[in-house]
Amino acid sequence: MVLKKYILAAVTTNPQKIPSCTAVFKCDSKEEMETVAKNLEAILDGIAHLLTEDVYIIVSH
Amino acid sequence: MNEYVYPIIFGIVIGTLSRMLMLRTDYRQYPTYLHGKIIHTALGFIAASLGTLAVPSILEQDFTAVTFLTIAASQFREVRNMERNTLEQLDSFELVPRGHTYIEGIAIAFESRNYLVIFTSMFSTLAYLLFNIWTGFVVAVFSMIVSRILMAGGKLEDIVDIEYVEPRFDGAGLYVDNIYIMNIGIPERQEEVLKYGMGFILKPKNFDARSTIANLGQRQAVLHDVSTALGVYRDSGTPALVPLAKRDLDDGRMGIFVLPQDKDIEKAIRVISNVPILENAIRMPTEKNRKDKEEDN
Repeated sequence: MVLKKYILAAVTTNPQKIPSCTAVFKCDSKEEMETVAKNLEAILDGIAHLLTEDVYIIVSH
Repeated sequence: MNEYVYPIIFGIVIGTLSRMLMLRTDYRQYPTYLHGKIIHTALGFIAASLGTLAVPSILEQDFTAVTFLTIAASQFREVRNMERNTLEQLDSFELVPRGHTYIEGIAIAFESRNYLVIFTSMFSTLAYLLFNIWTGFVVAVFSMIVSRILMAGGKLEDIVDIEYVEPRFDGAGLYVDNIYIMNIGIPERQEEVLKYGMGFILKPKNFDARSTIANLGQRQAVLHDVSTALGVYRDSGTPALVPLAKRDLDDGRMGIFVLPQDKDIEKAIRVISNVPILENAIRMPTEKNRKDKEEDN
């Protein structure tokens, strides 16, 4: 099955902002958030989009 | 040997030659493989034979024999299907796909070229039989020139002005001029995009051109051709590094974002200028307006 236009994961320093149905990666700093998002992007074949300053979403296109 | 043998050989040779002349491998890299060329030359030979044989049949008043041309029609429709299927299979392995509209355009061209071969052979043989071999040659050359004119379609430079614009980021949003392309979140990716990316603005010259370049297949054709000619900085598993074309809804301009390996602005503009206008993408809304006005009057 190929997922299209789907949020595969979210990376954040502010977990309250993420809806509960998504896999969330909680980070302590902005740098950590960028590293995790970069790795997830490569692993999941998705694109890391910056939604707000403290939320990355990994979306499959 | 009867009097038709030489005219038939003449017609077949001329037709096959004309197919070989139309079979060009250019920057689109198709058909490159030797077997592909053999297939199309062989089909050209069959088309030439059908076109040529129709002439003696008519002259001998054997009119029913002409019905075999209908077999030719179904045979060459099959050529179109064959090309479409092959190219669609291959397209899924392209880093920047051609897109269905481009593929359909290529498939139609392959079919129509066989009909041009039929006409070339038919007219050349007819001229040979009615006059002499030299008239046959003249008609053959004339038919080949007409075929060349007929197979050359329009180019993008006829309908748009092309301008280079450095892509930029506004926050995480990637822009070409004022046209939003996509959101790239990771700073490292943003640096890559700015380092390798190139932006172009296609400004339509008239109202018809707006609708034509808005066609998704036409946009994909531009991206594919630029990526073929200049290389592409991407790999499987890097979906963020993807060439994209987005439209300015206000004035119909097109923002093209590409990631070539050879960052040569002049060459890129030349490649975009030469992208064919896809037959299936052409829209003429002004024609509709003109006709409506005529009906009102």
